[in-house]
Amino acid sequence: MENKKVVNIDMKQYGMVLALIAVYVIFAIMTGGKNLSPANINNLIMQNGYIVILAVGMLLCVLTGNVDLGVGSIVATCGAVIGIGMVDYGWNMWIAIIAALIVGLLCGMFAGFFISKLGIPPFIVTLATMLMGRGLTYVLLQAQTKGPLPADFVYIGAGFLPTIKVGSIDLVCLIVAAVISVLIVMAELKSIATKKKYGFATNPTWQLMVKDGIIIAIVWFFFYKLACYSGIPFVLVLMALLVGLYHFITTKTVAGRQIYALGGNAKAAKLSGINTEKVFFWVYTNMGLLCAVAGIVLSARNASSTPKAGDQFEMDAIASCYIGGAATSGGIGTIIGAVVGAFIMGILNNGMSLYGFSTDLQKIVKGAVLLGAVTIDLVSKRKK
Amino acid sequence: MSDYILEMNHITKEFSGVKALDDVNLKVKKGEVHALCGENGAGKSTLMNVLSGVYPYGTYSGDIVYKGEVGKFHKIKDSEAKGIVIIHQELALSPYMSVAENVFLGNEQCSGKGVIDWTKTRAKATEMLAKVGLEDEDVNVPVNSLGVGKQQLIEIAKAMAKDVELLILDEPTAALNDEESAKLLEIMLELKKHGVTMIIISHKLNEISYVADAITVIRDGHTIETLTKGVDDFSEDRIIKGMVGREMTNRYPVREGVTIGDTIFEVQNWNVYHPEDPSRQVLKDVNIQVKAGEVVGLAGLMGAGRTEFAMSVFGKSYGQKISGTVKMNGKEVDLKDVRTAIDNKLAYVSEDRKGNGLVLIDDIKRNMTMAALRNFFSKNGVVDSNEEIVKAEEYKKLINVKANSIDQAVGSLSGGNQQKVVLAKWMLTQPDVLILDEPTRGIDVGAKYEIYCVINDLAKAGKAVIIISSEMPEIIGTCDRLYVINEGHIAGELAKEEMTQEKIMGCIMADNRKGA
Repeated sequence: MENKKVVNIDMKQYGMVLALIAVYVIFAIMTGGKNLSPANINNLIMQNGYIVILAVGMLLCVLTGNVDLGVGSIVATCGAVIGIGMVDYGWNMWIAIIAALIVGLLCGMFAGFFISKLGIPPFIVTLATMLMGRGLTYVLLQAQTKGPLPADFVYIGAGFLPTIKVGSIDLVCLIVAAVISVLIVMAELKSIATKKKYGFATNPTWQLMVKDGIIIAIVWFFFYKLACYSGIPFVLVLMALLVGLYHFITTKTVAGRQIYALGGNAKAAKLSGINTEKVFFWVYTNMGLLCAVAGIVLSARNASSTPKAGDQFEMDAIASCYIGGAATSGGIGTIIGAVVGAFIMGILNNGMSLYGFSTDLQKIVKGAVLLGAVTIDLVSKRKK
Repeated sequence: MSDYILEMNHITKEFSGVKALDDVNLKVKKGEVHALCGENGAGKSTLMNVLSGVYPYGTYSGDIVYKGEVGKFHKIKDSEAKGIVIIHQELALSPYMSVAENVFLGNEQCSGKGVIDWTKTRAKATEMLAKVGLEDEDVNVPVNSLGVGKQQLIEIAKAMAKDVELLILDEPTAALNDEESAKLLEIMLELKKHGVTMIIISHKLNEISYVADAITVIRDGHTIETLTKGVDDFSEDRIIKGMVGREMTNRYPVREGVTIGDTIFEVQNWNVYHPEDPSRQVLKDVNIQVKAGEVVGLAGLMGAGRTEFAMSVFGKSYGQKISGTVKMNGKEVDLKDVRTAIDNKLAYVSEDRKGNGLVLIDDIKRNMTMAALRNFFSKNGVVDSNEEIVKAEEYKKLINVKANSIDQAVGSLSGGNQQKVVLAKWMLTQPDVLILDEPTRGIDVGAKYEIYCVINDLAKAGKAVIIISSEMPEIIGTCDRLYVINEGHIAGELAKEEMTQEKIMGCIMADNRKGA
């Protein structure tokens, strides 16, 4: 009973985070610190916001053992709805947003219906929605770009929270960083207290201190850089809320557990009272809704809707999940992993652009990183 | 020279420091059927993998003398070239390919280099099938259109096509019913007459004592003893004693202190049709009732409709056009889906624990709480993970799951421990009625005993337990009462005092005569 009270932190679960930091440091050296600049940190968030949002939804599809190929096209379709509504019909911004969300939801339900009720393989259904969505976008926009979109709307993709500048530094950023630091420490203390109460094994105190210390250091680095720029981007808030929400759903709720069970063994899940059809339906419906959110952010950032928007976003989102440790067979993967995966891809893109790699070369490197990450993951598991 | 076709001397095989085999000796005489017995994990399969070259020469110590010379097999092809063929527990047939193609899979009959001669393939396939008693089979039909029993025989035909001299059968009858098993054993005796030497691994000890000429018992990686027919005692109890290292005076623990209560589970006039063929009736007017604290068996041959009955009752998980009533605690309930069935305190432990019961990649804890999560481990849809850990630990201890921790993946557990996890999963839903479908299939004697103890505890706690088993001794040993199911209906009901294998078979035979 008493022998297992203290166990070491399992480093394996932080492997991807360490890889992320390593990639970032390597590019910092290669670019002579260019990627450390406040403007660039800000860019990283704004450029990758929609990929992170999509990766979060995609992870749920990946957990079921499938993917959604229609993501990029649905993003474009929802963007088109925004552009047409606001530019051609002069809709109020909120109406345009709601319309885009409804279109995304319907697209997701469409795919979800074929997958869950009719049992058509998701690969086929979403291949179809990919083609149909892209075609529909071109038809709606008549192959033209709609813009410019009003400044109020552009705020979603390119705006910042209000700032309190002291010199060139934004106090709001620092306050947020302080609040996050306190929350991290409090959460850790609460977790230790719960573990003690139930008599579970705890980690050595010094290890926890190092872990939390590193996390808090990263938080401060990050927010200090943002404070030196224009403050907290609105996209960051949106992203943080979504990541937090979906992390909670996948780790703490019955619904989340049902997705894992379905991905791990659909038959066993069914015989355990899980309505697998319903799970499939909602996973794909949810993906549609998140496509709409990404579409809104993307068109706001570009201040326009273009028919080419979101091209190959599905591939980035899928790659993020797999780089983040999700299994192609389903049942394994985490939201945090997918987010880390998305940022690894983002930092690679960003760093290579700063270093002056051509986009062609960038694709080769991205492909190699995806293959390498998954290979290392699988081979190391096999050895166990 | 010696009359041994195979001598495995002082075989030791380590896996990262752990000795799976420690100085194991196995001597097989030419033309005999040699059985290998031992509990799960004793090292039987490892030994056979050493022999067939799955673990290449040099990765183990000791030597293999085959037909008088030292065998150095680096891969399976090497041993096959010498006439040693192993048939694994899981069938290695390609389901959509024809019987003929399967018989010569990896051993194609070619006319030129790489060009298949189909006439020759079919002709020779027919010839091979005749050797295993399947002379009337069409070699052109896809193999999955045949039953498991015939597929198993096709595996043997496939081995015959490779000019086998030493045939190894790993649990050949695990998936077969009594009739098919009996046929397979006859075929084995027939092959023996034609000079084929065989090694059989099986948990079904009655089959072993019937078919084997010698039995080598392995325990914990050591050879314990070799029994020879006509010299040593070949009874099941004697073999078990060697396997577990002690006398198992009672394979079925005695159930004491149980008070049988009122009828709490009743199924009336249950009719079910085949899920793909609405004209085919699978179950006809089945009526059963079970009292609190009672253990009731459903006996019958494989395919009689027992699993179909259980699954159709359990949230209509099988079949269509289902009619009839289910009463729980005297009240009629409509178990329209699995969720409703669980909410009404019915549990069904599937016969296929890997396929239908567990998420193998997930850990013990999450598997245990999978079915009970909604009702007992969550509030407003949010999981109480602390409570989950506490309960999982409690049940791990309660039913003795052997694992390092509740965070271990169930895929890495032995069959017996996996079965215990599935049992815990359903006990955690706090059911009144449990249907256990083949609860001890493919697990060793010790784990079986522990499962029987759990069943006794459930009965003591006032639950109604229904056991479906193809092993008649098991049903007779564990049940208070049993129903014999044949061809989708109840063919008889036997009280404890009248239960014998003969009586059960008698019910089935009488029923078949009536039907004919």
